[in-house]
Amino acid sequence: MLCNLCKENEATVHLTQIVGDKMQKVDLCEACSKEKGVSDPTGFSLADLLLGLGASQEIEKAAADGVELKCPACGFTQSDFKKSGRFGCPECYQTFSDGLEALLKTMHKGTKHAGKVPAALRVVREAKDKLKTLQKKLDKAIAEEDYEAAAQLRDELKHAKEKGGQVSTS
Amino acid sequence: MNVSEFLQANAGAAQLHGPQDRIVLSSRVRLARNVRGFAFPGWAKKPERVKALEAIRPAVEKLAPLAGAFSSAMDDLTALDKQILVERHLISREHAAKSTGSGVVLNRAQTLCVMINEEDHLRMQSLLPGLQVRDAWQAIDKIDGDLEKQLDYAFAPDLGYLTACPTNLGTGIRVSAMLHLPALVLAEQVNQIIQAVNKLGLAVRGLYGEGTEALGNVFQVSNQMTLGETEADIVERINKVLNQIIEHEDNARASLMEKKPKMVLNHIGRAYGILANAHSISSKEAMNLLSLMKLGVDLDLFPSAERSLVDELFVLTQPAHLQRQFTEKLGAEERDLLRADMVRDRLRQVARPVTKPAEGGKGPAENGGAK
Repeated sequence: MLCNLCKENEATVHLTQIVGDKMQKVDLCEACSKEKGVSDPTGFSLADLLLGLGASQEIEKAAADGVELKCPACGFTQSDFKKSGRFGCPECYQTFSDGLEALLKTMHKGTKHAGKVPAALRVVREAKDKLKTLQKKLDKAIAEEDYEAAAQLRDELKHAKEKGGQVSTS
Repeated sequence: MNVSEFLQANAGAAQLHGPQDRIVLSSRVRLARNVRGFAFPGWAKKPERVKALEAIRPAVEKLAPLAGAFSSAMDDLTALDKQILVERHLISREHAAKSTGSGVVLNRAQTLCVMINEEDHLRMQSLLPGLQVRDAWQAIDKIDGDLEKQLDYAFAPDLGYLTACPTNLGTGIRVSAMLHLPALVLAEQVNQIIQAVNKLGLAVRGLYGEGTEALGNVFQVSNQMTLGETEADIVERINKVLNQIIEHEDNARASLMEKKPKMVLNHIGRAYGILANAHSISSKEAMNLLSLMKLGVDLDLFPSAERSLVDELFVLTQPAHLQRQFTEKLGAEERDLLRADMVRDRLRQVARPVTKPAEGGKGPAENGGAK
């Protein structure tokens, strides 16, 4: 069995990690395992290592044949990702967005952020959510021919839109 | 003021106490953040890293909870300083290898530590003694909230906080705890526990040592997935799992003392015998024996020992902590001699273990969880 990384030497280090119901396996030669810090358990995660292997193929597959994608912001390429398993800059997530979801699926619980949002963005998001809810209520009122409520909702919506516009342009 | 002086002038985590600290040595929550407009540190060229550091460091130093903090560029620290920070689990090994363009800011209580330009622009962590993952999350959440007012974080609504490595994407959170599990190891149950915890999507690693062996019976439990869940959910899940592991360790201790008391007493007595009398001891052997002695302290077999003594020795016997007391560079063999001298000296005040836990002493209250 050849080493997954260099594909030259015989693999002597075999790693298996089970997270949830996913089993991941990596076979490495002595030199690559040292280089990747496999012998230092505090700084080593199999997921990190796998990134440079199978997972990056997802990104590769998604790209057009022959033409290598390159991040316009920082010049990072697919082969750089394959080597390091890390991106070059925040913009890379946009550049390499094709295939990213498949990659994220292999390592995370979901593919959509559910946690904390910076306060400045939270205001914008809340305003958007409010508009959506009001629009829904308005549609419902109109469908039910409750024009009194509809008129009130329309005013509210107009007011919220004006305010929301201020937030997003400020 | 260099790192050693700063650490000595301020009480370290080893001397502090926290809930469940018999078993949980410390709790940690780390957040990864990046600033828009700069390449990630691993890809940025030196001038860009320096520029990022110059933009980030003043913002971090300005934070109220970091008033009077130790702040340094990595190239201003000696190799020994860096190693000491690693041995205290304040910075990562990777960060210790950095120099120009990276920095570290550490508060006086050594409970908050911000690494600048590690793998991400910001790796900030809150470190508390005992089982306090919730408090650690709140502390670091607050710092993050203050910092986002000054720095333009790289954030995308769908993907969350953008990180150099996609494994940290989303919340950028890593919640972890260091656990001392000697009884589960002695009872050969620890592998079952590790497998069960792995199934819940959490990673368990030996904190010291290589491969699968866990030196000093110290294990680290941490979350692996950062995207698709809220921070609070991740913190709560780990907290629940940690409480279960504590219960298992308590049960294992009680059951060993009931079924195989001689085996336990034999291990602890031998550990004390070697530690109190050796003239040369490696850090590996010291850690394994100190672990058994700590178990003895927990079981009230060392009525004369200070509870924190063993925890302190865990840190002080590490290579860099030994080295800093001496000006000339020590070889491994010299360190083994000096380590043994120090441990012997510290244990002089500790009488040999009793063969039965003290009746009606501090035991029952402290071991209330053991049934």
